[in-house]
Amino acid sequence: MLLREVEYTRATSIDDALALLAGHDDARVLAGGQTLVNVLKLRIAAPARLVDITRVAELRGVRRLPDGGLDIGAATTYAEIAEAVDVWAIRALVAEVASIIADVQVRNRGTIGGNACLNLPTNHFPSVLVAVGARLVVTGRAGERVVPAEQFFQSPFTTAVRTGELLTRIEIPALPAGGGDAFVAMAAGKESQSIVHVAVALRVGDAVEDARIAIGCVGPKPVRAIAVERALLGTQASPDDVSLAVQGLGDSLSPTTDVNATAAFKRHVAEVLVERAVLAAAERSRGERG
Amino acid sequence: MAEGGGRIPIQLEVNGRPHTAEVEARRLLVHFIRDELRLTGTHVGCDTGSCGACTVILDGRAVKSCMLLAPQVDGCSLRTVEGLTREDGSLSPIQQAFHEAHALQCGYCTPGMLMSATYLLDRNGDPSDDEIRHAIQGNICRCTGYQNIMAAIRIAADRRGS
Repeated sequence: MLLREVEYTRATSIDDALALLAGHDDARVLAGGQTLVNVLKLRIAAPARLVDITRVAELRGVRRLPDGGLDIGAATTYAEIAEAVDVWAIRALVAEVASIIADVQVRNRGTIGGNACLNLPTNHFPSVLVAVGARLVVTGRAGERVVPAEQFFQSPFTTAVRTGELLTRIEIPALPAGGGDAFVAMAAGKESQSIVHVAVALRVGDAVEDARIAIGCVGPKPVRAIAVERALLGTQASPDDVSLAVQGLGDSLSPTTDVNATAAFKRHVAEVLVERAVLAAAERSRGERG
Repeated sequence: MAEGGGRIPIQLEVNGRPHTAEVEARRLLVHFIRDELRLTGTHVGCDTGSCGACTVILDGRAVKSCMLLAPQVDGCSLRTVEGLTREDGSLSPIQQAFHEAHALQCGYCTPGMLMSATYLLDRNGDPSDDEIRHAIQGNICRCTGYQNIMAAIRIAADRRGS
C-alpha cells in the first residue's frame, strides 16, 4: 500500500521533538505506529511531517516515584510494561492490561502514550488511567503541565495535548492499602477489540471508602459511573450491595450502535460488566487488607 | 534529523549481514523487504496489521512489518523468514517441525507463523498450550485450523528441551 508523501523526522530528545513539532501544525508524533500507520494508509489523516519519538530514551521506561507511585515514559511499549517487575508490584492492573492488548507483535511496538493520545473508545488505557487516577504530564516549549486523566481525555484523537506539545510521561499512584483493581471486557474475540470494557479501582477498609469506575466504548471518552461509585461507599461490596448499586446504570449511558453491537446491548453489557468488575476488585482488595 | 519527501539513507543488518539503502519516508517496511531487499518470504496478507503474515523480528522483537515505515529500521537488526534457515540450507528446528507436522496447507501465513513461533521459543523454551496460543494470536491462518501449527510448535519445543 502506498502512503501519501510525508516527511520523516526522528527526534533524539524531548527538546528535539518539541523543536521538530514547533511551527508545524500539520506534524504528527509517530510512536509505536500501530494505529497511526493504519490511519496513514486509509488517508484519514495526511500529516506533512512525522516526528518519530521511539528513540528518545527519556520517553521510555518505568521509574518509581518518591511517593511510591509509577512514572511510565509515554513511548514505553505494552510489552515493556508487561515485563516490568515494578509495574506488577506497584499497580498490577496496568501490567495486566498491557499484557492483553491485541497480540504479541502489536504489544512489541504499541505504546501507552499512543494508546492514551489516540483515545479511541475501544482503547484500553483511557479507562484504566481514569480509574486509577493517573496524572499525565504534557510538555511544551513553556515547560511541563500535569493533567489529571479525567481532564486529559476529550474525544477520539483529541486530548489535552495541544498543537506543538508532547505527552511525555504518565504518573500512576501505587495501589493503596485496602486497594483492589479490576479490568473486565467483553470483546469481539479473546483479547480482541472491546465491545464494552470497564476498569475499577476500589479502596476498602471496614467498608468501601473510595470507588472509581470508568467505562470504555460507551462514549467519546471514558465514562465515570458516578452514581454507582456513590452507592458503593460505606457498603461491604457484597454481591447484593453491588447488584443494587448498578441498577439503572445502563439506562444512564448513551452508547452508539456499531458493527459489533447495538446501543441497547452495550447498555446492558456495561451494567453487567461493572457489576462483575466491582466484585472482582472487592475480592482483590480483601487480599490487600491486613 | 529531518528529511523531506526525498530518499532517506538507512543502514541495517539483514539476517546477519550489513545492508545500506535509500528509502522513501512513506515506504512500508514490508514493501522495502519484499521489493528492495527481494526477500519475498515475508508476505503481505491484510495490510492492516491484523493477519501477521508479514511478521519479522526487529532488534529481537516480533513485529508486523506492514505497521512500520522503512526509515524506522535505520540502525536496527532485522531477521526475516529467510534468516531462519541454516547456512548449509537445512531447515531450522521450527521449520523442520512445521514440515513434519504438516502445519501448513496453502502456506500463505507460514512465514509469519514461523517468526512468531521462533520468537516464542527464543523466550520460552517450554511453553504451555495456552502460551503457544497466546503467542500466535497475532497470526491468522484460514486453512489449517491451527491444530497442526500447535502440534509443530510443541514438537519444536520438546526437541529443544530434550
